[in-house]
Amino acid sequence: MSGDHLMGSGDVWLPLLVAAAVTYAARGLGVALGGRLDPNGAVFRWVGCVAYALLAGLVARMIVFPVGPLAATGLPVRAGATAAALLVFWITGRSVLWGAVAGVAGLSLLARLIPPVL
Amino acid sequence: MTTAEPSGNARTACLRGAAVRAAIREALGMPGVVLFASYLGFGSLARETGFGLGAGLVSTATGWALPGQMALVELWSIGASLVAIGLAVALTNTRLLPMVVTLLPLLRGSAPDRPVPRWWLYALAHVIAVTTWANAMRRLPELPAQSRPAWFAAYGATLFAVTLAGTAGGFFLAGVVPKPVTLGLVFLNPIYFLMLFAVDLKQRARVLALAFGLVTGPLLHLVAPTYGLLITGVAAGTLAFVLDALWSRRGGA
Repeated sequence: MSGDHLMGSGDVWLPLLVAAAVTYAARGLGVALGGRLDPNGAVFRWVGCVAYALLAGLVARMIVFPVGPLAATGLPVRAGATAAALLVFWITGRSVLWGAVAGVAGLSLLARLIPPVL
Repeated sequence: MTTAEPSGNARTACLRGAAVRAAIREALGMPGVVLFASYLGFGSLARETGFGLGAGLVSTATGWALPGQMALVELWSIGASLVAIGLAVALTNTRLLPMVVTLLPLLRGSAPDRPVPRWWLYALAHVIAVTTWANAMRRLPELPAQSRPAWFAAYGATLFAVTLAGTAGGFFLAGVVPKPVTLGLVFLNPIYFLMLFAVDLKQRARVLALAFGLVTGPLLHLVAPTYGLLITGVAAGTLAFVLDALWSRRGGA
């Protein structure tokens, strides 16, 4: 394994620094502003909605139009694994752990059974 | 009573020790297992996208909130600009701010003999994320005020170590197991959050944001790959927020 593979390419560090700064800014401002903010106020409810929508959009995009390694699997594989995960999740009384196990196992099996659609 | 008697100090130290042990035990239960599993997914994503082990570990150590880390790696892997990445991560993680605001009063506690130093709060804030916040909000009120910072520090530090181990574990695992299993590990990321959404469907505004985001995310990706995610968050989130507000006004609920 090459060192470059371990550390990743050089262009990751600036985005990492920016991500770290904006993330800590949220936490640090929480301490600094503390009691002067209403955590249940309209601004934070809006922020919560935006964060939720963004994450939901990312999750759906990763399942429907994956750009990275998951692009090697067909949509039926990803849809089937998602269904398996959610099914097991409900059957086990909303166990995130068992749902995750079913999702990983489902995708691994289906990816082996159904050849990639290119 | 407020003067530090030796016996009082000894009692406090004993309480703190018990709190630390309890925190580590609780962290290594279900919260640790689930976080470890989800960071296995992040570690394998870091490998398969070429993000790298070092960068993945630094992301976990400095970000310590999976949604923002996923947005970072995914956007980086499609070559999004620094501005797009910064804005997406900021929008994802600003939700941590109200968590810090609501948890802090419990941590500051009411220990008049030894107030928690300010830098200590800034340090503890770094390990406030969904899992630690939810469990601490439930657990801290049950503890005596003087042992709360110790409990939370131990709880956060334990889970911090667990996520770093998960990141490294996922990275190495992805290189060892057969390709379909590696893909399964990468698939952990979206599937994990899909289930977290399903657990948390009590607030109407969030359900709306979730539904709009799920539909808009893939569609906008086709139109604008690098800024689609940002537009999804702002547009779908704002629509959900406005509709929820209108609904509340009309129904009075």
